[in-house]
Amino acid sequence: MSSEPAIPRRKRRAFDWSTAAIGALVVAAAVTVLLRDGREHFLAILTGDLSLFAVMLPKVLAGCLIAAFVTLLLPRETIVRWVGHESGLSGLLIAMLAGFVLPGGPITVYPVAGAFFAAGADAGAVVAFVTSWTLTGATRALVWELPFFGGDFVTWRILAAIPLPLIAGVLARIAVRSFALKLVRDE
Amino acid sequence: MTLIVDLVLWTLVGALALTAATRGQIVLRAGAREGVIDFIRLLPRIGLGMVGSGFLADVLPQSLIGPWLGPDSGFIGVLLATAAGAMTPGGPVVGFSIGAAALKSGAGAPQVIAYSTAWALYAVHRLVMWEVPLMPPRLVWLRAAVSLPLPFLAAAAAMVLGRP
Repeated sequence: MSSEPAIPRRKRRAFDWSTAAIGALVVAAAVTVLLRDGREHFLAILTGDLSLFAVMLPKVLAGCLIAAFVTLLLPRETIVRWVGHESGLSGLLIAMLAGFVLPGGPITVYPVAGAFFAAGADAGAVVAFVTSWTLTGATRALVWELPFFGGDFVTWRILAAIPLPLIAGVLARIAVRSFALKLVRDE
Repeated sequence: MTLIVDLVLWTLVGALALTAATRGQIVLRAGAREGVIDFIRLLPRIGLGMVGSGFLADVLPQSLIGPWLGPDSGFIGVLLATAAGAMTPGGPVVGFSIGAAALKSGAGAPQVIAYSTAWALYAVHRLVMWEVPLMPPRLVWLRAAVSLPLPFLAAAAAMVLGRP
């Protein structure tokens, strides 16, 4: 079996202006908390956030590795056939199902979605995938949402959300077609 | 629970790495290197996003959310909830904890559903910090634009379904 040629991927800068803007906001918020509530509360938030960061790190690394291997291993033709421009409704349904089963947070899903797009998935399918993961993702609901809201509420919310990824995917396809959007796959 | 997610994720990584290894050392090494380089490039952003979201959430006026989004607030309440969701910083817990707190302090359930749907789909902080660096920017804005009506549809569907 021959290995696929590597698909070129976007180069990412470690820092840029949007990050700097958020950074300024964060510093302002942190200073506000420090002045308003004192050191103890400030440190409590900081340690809470840092431990969350530590919990997320292995998931982020796993997400980056999954994205890198999926890009290398899945032949472009397979992706194009399953979720490409000609994949129609079944492409959107496959993308929805993938979003439902894939575990992890946004930082796991966005690299995978970006990799699928770079490899030939169509914009509608990528939108349906991200929307489905965000709204109906099984592990996300179990881990993060259930403890806060309880089973009845979460089930109810997810039932109400089931058609939404399909709607978003169809809207994205319509938008791409009617505005003749040029989406750059690699920069 | 978070351990199970880690386990599933790393099993997936293992399976993919094994598949890559059957195609040859070069493929395995290229994949691993690419993944680790991406990870290192992302670290400063993710660190800032994670550490920052706690402070941003803490300065938000949470006490205002309940009264404005009550069960009788109707469409205006859903609209306000959607806007509030978009403005709430990302991070896995922030939106859910505020939503749950609002529900407890008297917000209507469809309004809370609109809030957490908007927060999940297009919290501005998450779009800028995580999604834009990881996906082509135009695709991100396209996704956010077509997602605009979804919180309203979710709230409407929740009203039609009725509480379980």
